[in-house]
Amino acid sequence: MSWRFAIPLVVVIALVAAFWRGLFLNPGEVPSPLIGKPVPEFSLPTLHDPALTFSSDNLKGQISLLNVFGTWCPGCHDEHPLLVEWSKSPPYGVPVYGLNWAMHQPSERAAAIKWLQRVGNPYAAIGYDESGAVIMDWGVYGAPETFLIDAQGRVRLKHVGVLTEEVVQNKIVPAIERLRAEEKQ
Amino acid sequence: MIRMLSVCIAMLFAGSLIAADVKFDDPQKQERYEQLINELRCLVCQNQTIADSNAELALDLRNKVAELIEGGKSDAEIVDYLTARYGDFVLYRPPVQPNTLLLWAGPFLLLLVAGIVLVFTVRRRAQLADSDEESIS
Repeated sequence: MSWRFAIPLVVVIALVAAFWRGLFLNPGEVPSPLIGKPVPEFSLPTLHDPALTFSSDNLKGQISLLNVFGTWCPGCHDEHPLLVEWSKSPPYGVPVYGLNWAMHQPSERAAAIKWLQRVGNPYAAIGYDESGAVIMDWGVYGAPETFLIDAQGRVRLKHVGVLTEEVVQNKIVPAIERLRAEEKQ
Repeated sequence: MIRMLSVCIAMLFAGSLIAADVKFDDPQKQERYEQLINELRCLVCQNQTIADSNAELALDLRNKVAELIEGGKSDAEIVDYLTARYGDFVLYRPPVQPNTLLLWAGPFLLLLVAGIVLVFTVRRRAQLADSDEESIS
């Protein structure tokens, strides 16, 4: 038997390997070009008081999380208890900030305030983005999305989709630990 | 799944908001706009361009493209604006760079391999035919 008979076999194995890997990739998770870059500059009115501002400056000086949410988003309802839990005893004291995406619905402000009153407000501060301009600058394309920001105000990690216990333990917390180790060096 | 659901629900709300498409006074700008929105991917409905998609985000992106065109930005600047936020994934026509080299060169590589196989096969057949003739004579 000639070695040439092995060629189709090798090709098939390579294709199967490629497709097998493809089965477990998540096409919904688009890598963010923001990773490692300073947070996009923004200044938004806060959700509860339009006279106050929540800006990119709030995200500098300490490690923090920024969570994009909307009352229209079922995934946000799902992960909410976990965020409330986080805010009660924040791992390594990392606060969660909120970015309320109103999708041009002026009613979202009142809806979000009411919702948070009912289910608890885990956010240290909340920016209210009615036009979606800040959302676009952050490359957000759905909700929920969560960003991890380091003390220098750089985006270090983005999680697309619902936060689960598993995601927090295996992705978010280890990333925070790495940032802390970095700071100590 | 939940994410998809949230997108669908968001689209229900968005339906009422989708306005008539952007119209420019300048036909050249209109042409650029049409071309750009047909080359940019909607990240919510990933197999649609932002021209095709009814998602709220696609509408926002279309309006952004229109705004940037009106603002005098070039096509390259507009594409840069979007890739800086959403990555190369927004481009239906990915740029030629190290990690897309295989994508762009792949078909030509396959053609080359097929060509080599063809040449070898034809030669071997010719040789076989020759030897057949020899054995007959």
